[in-house]
Amino acid sequence: MLDISVAYNRYKFVGYEFLTWFWFVIEHDPAQLNQIIHENVNFTIGNRIMLQNALHDAVETITIKGDDAGLEEGILALKKGALVTEIHLRVTEEENEWQFTLKGESLNISNLKLPESGQIETRDDVEGAVLEKFFLYEKITVWLDAVYCFFVKIRLSSEWNDVVVPQIKKWILQ
Amino acid sequence: MSILSSSVSITRYQVLGQLADPLMDTLTRLLTQNAIVEIDDEDVDQSAGWTSFEDPFTPDFTGSAFVMGSQFIFSFRMDKKAIPSKVINKRFRQQITKLLKESGKEFLSRNEKKQIKEDVIRELSLRIPATPNVYDVLWNYEKSSIWFFTTQKSVSEAFEVFFTKSFKLNLVRRFPYTAAMESLTNSEEDMLNKLTPSQIME
Repeated sequence: MLDISVAYNRYKFVGYEFLTWFWFVIEHDPAQLNQIIHENVNFTIGNRIMLQNALHDAVETITIKGDDAGLEEGILALKKGALVTEIHLRVTEEENEWQFTLKGESLNISNLKLPESGQIETRDDVEGAVLEKFFLYEKITVWLDAVYCFFVKIRLSSEWNDVVVPQIKKWILQ
Repeated sequence: MSILSSSVSITRYQVLGQLADPLMDTLTRLLTQNAIVEIDDEDVDQSAGWTSFEDPFTPDFTGSAFVMGSQFIFSFRMDKKAIPSKVINKRFRQQITKLLKESGKEFLSRNEKKQIKEDVIRELSLRIPATPNVYDVLWNYEKSSIWFFTTQKSVSEAFEVFFTKSFKLNLVRRFPYTAAMESLTNSEEDMLNKLTPSQIME
């Protein structure tokens, strides 16, 4: 294994490519995500997406935010060679909804909002509330880990360059 | 940031190594030994340590109070005294005026001024209470995994150093490279180590 601080900076691009692929799959083939996580879960893009174009000497950052924001500007940025660095996602399973921001460089989950859970009324309720929250946190992390693991396997295979990249390119240009 | 907040941010770690048996005794002892030390009445400007999840201002790890289900849950508390620079400057100048008057001198040396400034900061530190910040820690010991409930870089770095100092265990932060390594075969690891960015739109 590489030195951790070296690896963090060197492999940020894997996180950015992951989020770009994730957006593509959500738009292009959402059923694939259910096959990956073996559950009937719906992923949608939330109200914020951040992209970065580092193909040229200067780094350009593009942020699209707002509940009704169109993502055409994001597609335009992808056309110019940008990758997604941060994405806000909504994940629903039946009546439950999770919302959070996923960062490409760290895979950190920020501003995670969970589905409604029980209220704490007495001190005795705390342990139950923690365990319920933990169950809900764990669900989303297990799903995200499965999706990331699937991505990494594809990214390291010949399928990435032969099949996936041409599909992403076609999606961006359509 | 609390596990029970309506919105949380999480940094995830893998823990390398294990604590000595008996586990619960070891953990109780290490948490207690490294519990937060109050600095309100001390001339110290910051303090960091472990505290109880349910009552972060009264650390108590007796009776396995940090065990919930199969998880260990406690908090990392960082206290810091923030003395406004204008307050320091005001008190510093007052002291200089007073000393010049008392000694009959026309000016003070650089060393004397430095000493006065240190005394002023020490004096103010005793009078200003520390501001506490509490961040929850969820440790799944069986899975060697930790969730730290913040994504603030400086806090995460302080947590990593303090965790290793307290438990003599190293933490590996989860990010694209380390997360990928969790599920790869040896040949895939070699491929990852040689991987370069793809140009999706050339």
